[in-house]
Amino acid sequence: MLKIKDLSVAVEDKVIIHDVNLTIKNGETHVLFGPNGAGKSTLLMAIMGFPKYRITKGSISFKGKDITNLSVDERARMGIGMSFQRPPVVRGVKTQDMVAACLQGRGDGDTISQLAEKADLNDFLERDINYGFSGGEVKRSELMQLLAQRPELTLLDEPESGVDLVNIALIGELMNDLLEKNCPIQQRKCMGLIITHTGHILDYVNARTGYVMCDGTIGCVGDPHEMLATIREKGYEECIKCYLGRLPLYE
Amino acid sequence: MSKTDTSRTYKEKARAAIEKKASLGEDIDISKFTSEDENPTYQDDPSKLPARAKTQMLDAGVMLDDPSQRSGTYIQMDNTPVHSSVSQDGVEVMPVGQAMEKYDWMPDYWWNAVAVDQDKYTANIELNRYSGYFIRALPGQKTVFPVQACLYLAKDQLVQNVHNIIIAEENSEMHIITGCTTASREETGLHLGVSEFYIKKGAKVTFTMIHSWSPEIAVRPRSGVIIEDGGLFMSNYLLMKPVHTLQMNPLARCIGENATARFNSVLVTGEGSSLDVGSRVMLDAEGARTEIISRAITTGGVIIARGYIEGNAPEVKGHLECRGLILGERGIIHAIPELKGNLAGIDLSHEAAVGKIAEEEVEYLMARGLTREEATATIVRGFLRVDIEGLPPMLADELRRAVEASEKEVM
Repeated sequence: MLKIKDLSVAVEDKVIIHDVNLTIKNGETHVLFGPNGAGKSTLLMAIMGFPKYRITKGSISFKGKDITNLSVDERARMGIGMSFQRPPVVRGVKTQDMVAACLQGRGDGDTISQLAEKADLNDFLERDINYGFSGGEVKRSELMQLLAQRPELTLLDEPESGVDLVNIALIGELMNDLLEKNCPIQQRKCMGLIITHTGHILDYVNARTGYVMCDGTIGCVGDPHEMLATIREKGYEECIKCYLGRLPLYE
Repeated sequence: MSKTDTSRTYKEKARAAIEKKASLGEDIDISKFTSEDENPTYQDDPSKLPARAKTQMLDAGVMLDDPSQRSGTYIQMDNTPVHSSVSQDGVEVMPVGQAMEKYDWMPDYWWNAVAVDQDKYTANIELNRYSGYFIRALPGQKTVFPVQACLYLAKDQLVQNVHNIIIAEENSEMHIITGCTTASREETGLHLGVSEFYIKKGAKVTFTMIHSWSPEIAVRPRSGVIIEDGGLFMSNYLLMKPVHTLQMNPLARCIGENATARFNSVLVTGEGSSLDVGSRVMLDAEGARTEIISRAITTGGVIIARGYIEGNAPEVKGHLECRGLILGERGIIHAIPELKGNLAGIDLSHEAAVGKIAEEEVEYLMARGLTREEATATIVRGFLRVDIEGLPPMLADELRRAVEASEKEVM
């Protein structure tokens, strides 16, 4: 379980996230909607533990342990993984080196090949990570690395952005694998938190809980498909107006 | 001109240049060093050399206990050849003095790719006791295993004078590994080395030089390469250990159509070291190509990384890439990439970058579960990894091992 309590996050001296509360139980996938600049990515970065995203108030606990003060790598080793929206290029570090690092000794060259096959990235293993990758290739590479890492909590920052229609189905398939969507609900352990601006990914990955985030706070909680319908119909402005001032229903 | 006349001319030119300072690098007072060594004895079986020397040589890529992976071996201690042998047909390896006696055409290759009066260091080699290797691939002969050579500095306060001649006859192919190293980490010394390469039509040479000096050694190599039609010269230079001062700026001239020169350098140094390392290529014939790639890491020393490409013929193409990484608080890297085009229809480009490891990259790897130290080491390893096209797998493996050893030095 991931439990976020009264969380406020600042970048440099500016508080971006205010008093956020959110709980994801084992096996659940939640979706975070919101306009650009709402603080969605900041929330994900803070959960992952990047030092630039400073927690000024509140706490994060994962699997029953307070992780508020743990470093990025400690959180990763506890089972938190993240798909970056715009990961950096690391020259000289091959894609296969990254997959091998994610495996942490749990597999070999064959495992890497199988994962690459699955993500349709066979020709990318020898290439420098993210160097000259298209939008869709970046996303598939991120998911391939996560499939090697097998986190219990997966944070996905706009997994569908920059991905064409042909690729989005494959992205959805990889996400479903990662989030154990093919297992019966009772047996699922893996949790997911997905940021989506457009909501397209919901056509491929099922989620039961959605949030709308605006100005660094969570404005409402509900069924993500219903929310998406409202957002599509009325836009974020109306959506936020409607829910503004309402307390989160979900704690 | 006879050999004697030629020799007299070179001596005169050298005498005129004996005070001539080099255009780059700190000036070294050669008078502080002696050329006279202890006359080390010749070894028919190089595996019988002292264990310590063999270990140092192995660090520089020279294997003496198992020569089956080499097609020839040359070992020079100070200014005396102590071993030379060949284990494969089609290649010749011998002390350069012996080649002078054997071949009357040697003057054609003597001070032809490098000028004897380039500076006081080249002059000093001509005027004092020196030795060096002669390595030649016979026409059409392709050697699988590399020829290895070791230039070993044993005596304190010695100036090692080296003059090498490397000839790849038409359509031949060979690989050479030269390891330069020293007996002691404390003693001072000066290494002066001239290497003249002649790459004939359609010949291919890969020349891998591993420098494993010590903090008190000054090094001034002077190399020249002449490449004829369709010839390929590929240099891989690796400086793994701290050296007091090193300055070199080899010059390759692509004089034949479609001749290619490639220089890859990996420089790793620390506090107290000063390196000024470049590569120059003149693209003098149609279709000539070059690629100069250098990677430099300093943990405290100064590195000047130069590159110069000049296009003098139509349809030539050259690319220069200098990347430097400063680890820790101190250290200077000065990248000086230069391109000169003397006519239209040429294609020259460069990229240079100097900086520290990007925190964003470290954190990206940490988000995959690597500790900060592991993430940094992975990025450094990646930075030093220069994928060398056309290098035989065995040589690529050896180079990778040497780079991994230099990583340890950095970390």
